[in-house]
Amino acid sequence: MVMGDLKFCPKEGLSRWVEELSREHTVLVPQQAGDAVEFLPFAEGSELSLDRQPTAPPKKSVFPQTETLMRFEYQKDPEHPDRQTLQIKETLPGKEKTVILGCRPCGARGFSVFDPVFGQGEYLDPYYQARREHTVFVSLACRHPENTCFCNWVGGGPADSAGSDVLMLPAGGGYVLRPVTDQGRQIVEVGGFEDASPEQQTEADRLAEEAAENLSPAPELEEVPDKLFELFENLDFWELMAAKCISCGACTYLCPTCYCFNISDEYSGLQGKRIRTWDNCMSNLFTHEASGHNPRPTKAQRLRNRVGHKFSYYPKLHEQVFACCGCGRCIKSCPMSVDIREIVLSAKEYADE
Amino acid sequence: MKNPYLPYPVRISKVEIATEDKTLRTFEFEFLNREDAAAFTYLPGQFAELSIPGFGEAPIGIASSPTEGDHLTFTVSRAGKVTTRLHNMEQGDVMGVRGPLGHPYPLKDMKGKNIVILAGGYAVTTLRSTMIWLLHPENRDNYGEITFIYGARTPGMLLYRETLEEWDQRSDVKTYITIDNEVEGWDKYVGFVPQIADQVSPEPDNAVALICGPPIMIKFTQPVLDKMGWTGDQIIMSLENRMKCGIGICGRCNVGPYYVCKDGPVFTKAQLDELPKEY
Repeated sequence: MVMGDLKFCPKEGLSRWVEELSREHTVLVPQQAGDAVEFLPFAEGSELSLDRQPTAPPKKSVFPQTETLMRFEYQKDPEHPDRQTLQIKETLPGKEKTVILGCRPCGARGFSVFDPVFGQGEYLDPYYQARREHTVFVSLACRHPENTCFCNWVGGGPADSAGSDVLMLPAGGGYVLRPVTDQGRQIVEVGGFEDASPEQQTEADRLAEEAAENLSPAPELEEVPDKLFELFENLDFWELMAAKCISCGACTYLCPTCYCFNISDEYSGLQGKRIRTWDNCMSNLFTHEASGHNPRPTKAQRLRNRVGHKFSYYPKLHEQVFACCGCGRCIKSCPMSVDIREIVLSAKEYADE
Repeated sequence: MKNPYLPYPVRISKVEIATEDKTLRTFEFEFLNREDAAAFTYLPGQFAELSIPGFGEAPIGIASSPTEGDHLTFTVSRAGKVTTRLHNMEQGDVMGVRGPLGHPYPLKDMKGKNIVILAGGYAVTTLRSTMIWLLHPENRDNYGEITFIYGARTPGMLLYRETLEEWDQRSDVKTYITIDNEVEGWDKYVGFVPQIADQVSPEPDNAVALICGPPIMIKFTQPVLDKMGWTGDQIIMSLENRMKCGIGICGRCNVGPYYVCKDGPVFTKAQLDELPKEY
């Protein structure tokens, strides 16, 4: 770390910094909305809710729940009035910058799982790429992990910087700001902060270490990808794991690393749009074919696919990285108390026998 | 780089009812913009999303061969929302085609080999494309013997009857057209594809087999090929799972870690043996 790179933002200076940022960017910050904490645009007087994990991760800032892929219009062909022509118009997102401030490291880490899928393969997703490029993540390191948190199982941590542009580390009645990327450095500069003192830095590190110690110990998961693959045909195992599941899909919508989507059309008169929306692999309809055939007709097969994707298929395709950031929302929000940690451990132990 | 979600606008230049039960129609499309036709470079075995703005998209194997010119041919079964809409469209109507998608048959690796094609029902579409491509004067000499075995329930359920007749007349391809049961006036083969394959008994030496058909045909053809000594890496198949994006992102056509759209739809039997049965 270059000296002078670390800045200190006193607690009372935070709103001013956010206000300053919101002059030129859309700034989304966690705010109380009913029972939930949501990422909403900062406006004058907005109160930041930073003391608990936001209800949903900032996924929709880069991958909106609904987004228009194109607009279309059927028109009369001027040369042949009895014929139509078709105009298709690309609708890429604008280039204005968005800042997400106050997400947790796990929420930002989710995008490091998305990036190889949307932005580095044979096909590039221009909608995702445009948003990703113009979105800056200022993550708040966690001081008090919840009992559903398991970021340390999957390579993360309370002060993990993967996917973030700036880390805010609580210390001495404020935050030590640690820029991770050049974009992050520019965002920090806007605040005109003083350098963090050595004492503040030491305290930030100490608090981060304490938070890490408060997490349950991480089990060894290296063999899990192969073991899940071995368990594929063992439907008894998967039926047991999925017994409680009601296929509601809360886990998928709240997951920072779930990116399955549907594409559908909306149409009125001679014009309309093609949209993509988040989809839910736990639904029976997800793979239901027009012929009536369904490769994953039971919830056991669907849960197997969801866990398999995160802990076996994705790591096989992307350098052994798990497609899970351990945020624990799927556990916290599951109405039937399905716990993905138990499934992963059961798979590991089952195969061990 | 082109936006992979945008279809090329096309016009339906021809529609034909393809089977006697009228559940299949063959559509020919021409591109509205000439530069799109040039950009749509494909090979047999690939598919495209037939894209009807307002209704949606359906992934369908390409039945034409690039050697036939700029138009595209698809034979489509009426099944869901998009294909039902398509069956109600007429010559002159406009829509979209998005692709080409997926991997073609490994035509390069097949060079110098004998080729056996086994097709059943309307799964023959991309194999029609393959046959047209292989029999093209520029390609024919690069391949050995070609054996084409194709079966349908009745004569009226065979696709591309005229084209089949032409192949039957040619001396550089052994054509076996078969129907399930005897019908008056039928002078070709009678019996299921696996039975005919058993009678023809194609040699596996220096050969590749392309198989597309209903699961029941594949199931009974497999032991016939096994008996003759064919190995998994010589047998090439094509999968169809439900798809949306067609480019390996949206997450529904996966078979374990592989995406049928992006990593397939063409797989060798040896590859499929390693994969979970999730199709």
